[in-house]
Amino acid sequence: MHLAVPLVIASALFAIGVYAVLARRNAVLVLMGVELMLNAVNLLLVAFDVYLRDTLHTGQALTLFVITIAAAEIGLGLAIVLAVFRGSATIDLDLLRTLADHDDGPDHDGPDHDAADADEDHDTTIGRQAQRSGSPP
Amino acid sequence: MTGLDVVIGLLGLIAVGAALMVAVTRQLVHAALWLVVCLAAVAGCFLVLTAEFLAWVQVLIYVGAIVVILLFGLMLTRAPIGPVTDLSRPRRLLAGTVAVAVGAVIVTALLMAFGGATIDLSGAPQGDATTTGTVIFRAWVLPFEIISLLLLSALVGAIALSRASGDEVDS
Repeated sequence: MHLAVPLVIASALFAIGVYAVLARRNAVLVLMGVELMLNAVNLLLVAFDVYLRDTLHTGQALTLFVITIAAAEIGLGLAIVLAVFRGSATIDLDLLRTLADHDDGPDHDGPDHDAADADEDHDTTIGRQAQRSGSPP
Repeated sequence: MTGLDVVIGLLGLIAVGAALMVAVTRQLVHAALWLVVCLAAVAGCFLVLTAEFLAWVQVLIYVGAIVVILLFGLMLTRAPIGPVTDLSRPRRLLAGTVAVAVGAVIVTALLMAFGGATIDLSGAPQGDATTTGTVIFRAWVLPFEIISLLLLSALVGAIALSRASGDEVDS
């Protein structure tokens, strides 16, 4: 059996995963793209394990570990996605611009406004904290 | 060109086609279901490559657990049923170019290094449960334990993330 066949399959899967991560806007679909890339790596590891006839079976052991890490990653990733959804009611990655540099963003209002905004946010946060600590339970 | 080449080629075609559907489909839930097809086809490739244990682990963990978690995530974020038009970015041509470039580099490098190589599948299977278990619990015990710690901490972290945001909503 030719080694080239699984190699080509794995490369195609990885490229499609890259496309899904780059092009999708929904955070869960981006996670699916990451899964595709991990699967491509798994296929490559298994193919080379069988090709090299490794006595320690490095490829297959590493594949098991990659599958475990993928499970951990998807659990944590979805917990974060759900937390983001609870906070901002959307998981559209193009709309989540809280951490974005506003210089080239679509809602460019000038640096002064941003500074004022940040100050305002800061003040309201402190106010809220004071209110929370001051108010009776 | 043997029969096994044809089998793994067909499985690879199914996997790549399903992966393409995951990347371009306009329906969120369909993307998760196409992912099942893709992962199952990759499990079939594992079977052809005599990694039986890994094939069943793939079916159990990926198809059984991860896709179900992804479906839960889609439902908990109120994914719309039916086609959605703006599921991909406007700049997807650029993304496609980058993806094709990455794939071309990888496939060129791999084929230049291992283009004419053949896999010898005769003899004992390389990846049945006995072999894999022996190897894992002899040579790979320490990584195995570290991975189990990582899984535990990821579990605790996911619970903590969910609980912390829940408390915020309460107060």
